[in-house]
Amino acid sequence: MSQAHTSESARQLWEAALEKSRTRDANFTTLSGTELKPMYAMEDARLDYDADLGYPGQFPFTRGVHPSMYRGRLWTMRQFAGFGTAAQTNERFRFLLANGQTGLSTAFDFPTLMGYDSDDDISLGEVGQVGVAISSLRDMETLFEGIPLGEVSTSMTINGPAPVMLAFYIACGERQGVDPAQLRGTIQNDILKEYQAQHAWLVPPEPALRMITDVMSYCATNVPQFNTISISGYHIREAGSTAAQELAFTLANGMDYVRRGIAAGMDVDDFAPRLSFFFDSHLDFFEEIAKFRAARRIWARKMRDVFGAKNPKSWMLRFHTQTAGVSLTAQQPENNIVRTAIEALAAVLGGTQSLHTNSMDETLSLPTEKAVKIALRTQQVIAEEHEVAHVADPLAGSFFVEAETNRLEADAEAYFKEIDSRGGVVACIDAGYIQREIHRSAVIYQRAIERGTKKVVGVNVYNEGEGKPEIDIHRNDKGVEAEQRERLSTLRSERDSAAATRELEAIRAACDNGDNLLERFVAAAHADCTLGEICGVLRDAFGKYKEPKIL
Amino acid sequence: MSSAANSPTALAESLLGGNRRALSRLISWAENGHPGFPAVLEAIYERVGRAWRVGVTGPPGAGKSTLVNELALQLRRAHDLQVGILAVDPSSPFTGGALLGDRIRMEELTADPGVYVRSMASRKSHGGMARAGVDACDVMDAFGIERILIETVGVGQAEYDVMGACDTVVVVMCPGAGDGIQAMKAGILEVADVLVVNKSDLPGADRLYADLVEAAHVRAARPMAAGHHGASARSASPEPEPDASGAWQVPVIQASAGRGEGIAGEASVLEAVANHRAYLEATGLDNARRQKRFAQVRRIVDEELDSRVWSRSDLEDRVLAALKAGSTSYDIARDLVVELIDGLVAQTPQEETA
Amino acid sequence: MERKIRVLIAKPGLDGHDRGAKTVATVLRDHGMEVIYSGLHQTPEMIAEAALEEDVDVVGLSILSGAHMSLFPRIREELEKRDMKDVLLTGGGIIPEEDMAALEGDGFAKLFGPGTHTGEIAKWIQETMEARWAKENSDA
Repeated sequence: MSQAHTSESARQLWEAALEKSRTRDANFTTLSGTELKPMYAMEDARLDYDADLGYPGQFPFTRGVHPSMYRGRLWTMRQFAGFGTAAQTNERFRFLLANGQTGLSTAFDFPTLMGYDSDDDISLGEVGQVGVAISSLRDMETLFEGIPLGEVSTSMTINGPAPVMLAFYIACGERQGVDPAQLRGTIQNDILKEYQAQHAWLVPPEPALRMITDVMSYCATNVPQFNTISISGYHIREAGSTAAQELAFTLANGMDYVRRGIAAGMDVDDFAPRLSFFFDSHLDFFEEIAKFRAARRIWARKMRDVFGAKNPKSWMLRFHTQTAGVSLTAQQPENNIVRTAIEALAAVLGGTQSLHTNSMDETLSLPTEKAVKIALRTQQVIAEEHEVAHVADPLAGSFFVEAETNRLEADAEAYFKEIDSRGGVVACIDAGYIQREIHRSAVIYQRAIERGTKKVVGVNVYNEGEGKPEIDIHRNDKGVEAEQRERLSTLRSERDSAAATRELEAIRAACDNGDNLLERFVAAAHADCTLGEICGVLRDAFGKYKEPKIL
Repeated sequence: MSSAANSPTALAESLLGGNRRALSRLISWAENGHPGFPAVLEAIYERVGRAWRVGVTGPPGAGKSTLVNELALQLRRAHDLQVGILAVDPSSPFTGGALLGDRIRMEELTADPGVYVRSMASRKSHGGMARAGVDACDVMDAFGIERILIETVGVGQAEYDVMGACDTVVVVMCPGAGDGIQAMKAGILEVADVLVVNKSDLPGADRLYADLVEAAHVRAARPMAAGHHGASARSASPEPEPDASGAWQVPVIQASAGRGEGIAGEASVLEAVANHRAYLEATGLDNARRQKRFAQVRRIVDEELDSRVWSRSDLEDRVLAALKAGSTSYDIARDLVVELIDGLVAQTPQEETA
Repeated sequence: MERKIRVLIAKPGLDGHDRGAKTVATVLRDHGMEVIYSGLHQTPEMIAEAALEEDVDVVGLSILSGAHMSLFPRIREELEKRDMKDVLLTGGGIIPEEDMAALEGDGFAKLFGPGTHTGEIAKWIQETMEARWAKENSDA
């Protein structure tokens, strides 16, 4: 990049003209409250091309993790789906695959996410509502009926009980005759952000982190193509954080996982290539693109220079993106199609490996077939009709984008320092520091909307008054709970109870003696132990997590 | 509740009959300064005095709620005692509202019928909050609760006053909580009967322990250990008699409430509390409690006077007029006091001036 | 007599999304109310018991998991069992219009959908409680 500056007098002329010109009555900040300049020039974007940008597929990967980026392969179009019974979700999976989706992403219901069987008392009213109910290996098999696990990459969004669900998936693959070494996909399994933002935890942090390192080491040997954690910023952002906080807390969590993997005796290059990430793509188009680029650069630098990883694959930050759920409105839901399209575009320009686009009706209910199809088509239109996928990192060199990338990196570094000074991520979780930072940003944002300094079309501008939205919404089938009860009852009567009990005892023993738990979970899956039974053993052994006081 | 059931007599009866709704409603009456409350207190007063009141205070982040939760669990499981918890949090000085979030750490207790948990905001008037706190404890006491744990954030005068009304005051600190001892309101350490280093698994715990042991020694060595709960503008109780068996030695307990350590058994918080109780019972518990009631009487008098004086609508105008005319605050106040006292004397019936 | 509006904000069921609940709790505090926040994963019994112990005027439920038609009525029942029929019942989250109408006909005073201005919730609570107290005083 040339170091020539615009002439001082030309700049002064512009500044003078700016002073004289009208300014709209609007707020010129990002969602995060960052003041934006009216224009960015070379002096705003100091960087060293080789050290700070490099080439796609090369350290520090600011410009992308692959040399050819989307010329080689488009991002995976991976729509999150799940509701009702395994059979119902299987139908939705097949619908999406038939319509051009290239990877699966599974949404589970709350009982499953929290490690309870569908017939547990605590599950009453919740079975199959926000995702699919999976209580056993049988349910998993039904979920993937007719879908060859050796050929399709599957993402599973589950955290507390993630190691158990992964075991079900591995066992399911085995029953299909697929070698675990052939399985491709991702298990979210990011417990740190659960304590911070999403709150779908199972046991307290230390035992949860031990289970994660068990997953990392088991998969390094047996399921080497599977991403063992999807280190997520999406939930942190949706809980109300700023872009800088999303970036900082996600990468801080990532670094904590790396530290623990190393402490568990693994070589960083054994597990780091299989760590993946998951970010939000929110309303501020350019800030988001800068965020993705900053994320790659920061991670590469930390992995190589701090953790000493030697394998370039360990330095690469690969990520999935979801467009921002909280940016959608219940009022005039069709507008959400537009919001999602712009957010999806930002993710593509930011170099995402995989993308989920929200459906327009998601503030009202789970997506209908029609709405999810439009969301999928949105990605296809971007991929096929616009030339954005033809060029890698097309916004590199933009003064604005490079300035924002630098700023976000600096903001993140400030947070890393702060977290370290407070004793690390887990200490910050225990003290509620991260949760309070997120809550504070959420309150600031809410106030801005309610005062009208942040405009939301249909909510505080261009409203159309009260009235039912005129679109059809998805309604869950009322028979799901009863069906699940029956399935579980049948399972328990048909299985070898003694074998199941033995496996549960073996799990308890492993909890106490430190043996690899994922290995025990796979055996238990084959013995038809249920999710609730296995998680019950974990809760007994490790205790239940209790959240700290934040308010 | 129907209005008949809402009368002082009915509520008092209901409370003594073990009705939790009545307990809850009466605490609200106390908080709100309901005019019917004094009658209720009179009706239930002979049942007040059996509960042991333990104050738990300390800086934010020390883990008080977790500690209170663990203490309650232990009192229930090991001793099957009826437990009451009063969790006090500050009100916003700007809006008058409050976020009362202590219950979140006491989840298991919600399901236990042998535990009653109540959150209270400090509200505006300092004396008023302490009064309400004592009243709430009296109601819980009469209801049959045997151990009352009062949790406050140890940074305000109001909270200090509440602590002054407790039988045993436990001050909880933890390593890394800012400036530790310096951050605490001056005087809180003076009123501590038991000091606790919580989160004792964290770095800096040993240093804090040593500091607190030192502080406890310094206090014990002072010739006039200024009464059991110190003296202050608000809760000035006359100094108790020096006891015969020697002053109480403040123990420093190491605990980790989150791990259930230091709660019960040897060298634990509960053991220290029990020891303190034994000490008070041996050295004149009734007298010690009477001194605290004196402070309560003073608070109620102050509150009553305050409201009576300043409820006169003409007073504010007169004062403002006098200020406008150039009189100093002292002159105005002195004249006002003289006028008010003369007025009081003038109203006093002859028989009472004996 | 100084009276404050006491509100219990609760998260029933397994749903862990508390951004809305915490934001509303904060806003109500900003409007001078005393807000008890229950935390996550509350059962109907726990919510009703907390409401009783705290002698609240209002119970506000937040839910995004679709389980409202099962949980909300059970919470109302538990409150009734504890002689707390008079508590002002409200809530919000992801609740379809028809369900809101059904619940409002069944013991829930008012429910608020996504995008509701939090000041509106505070105002509604304040006006409703002030009217109630005024009536209590005149009845007394």
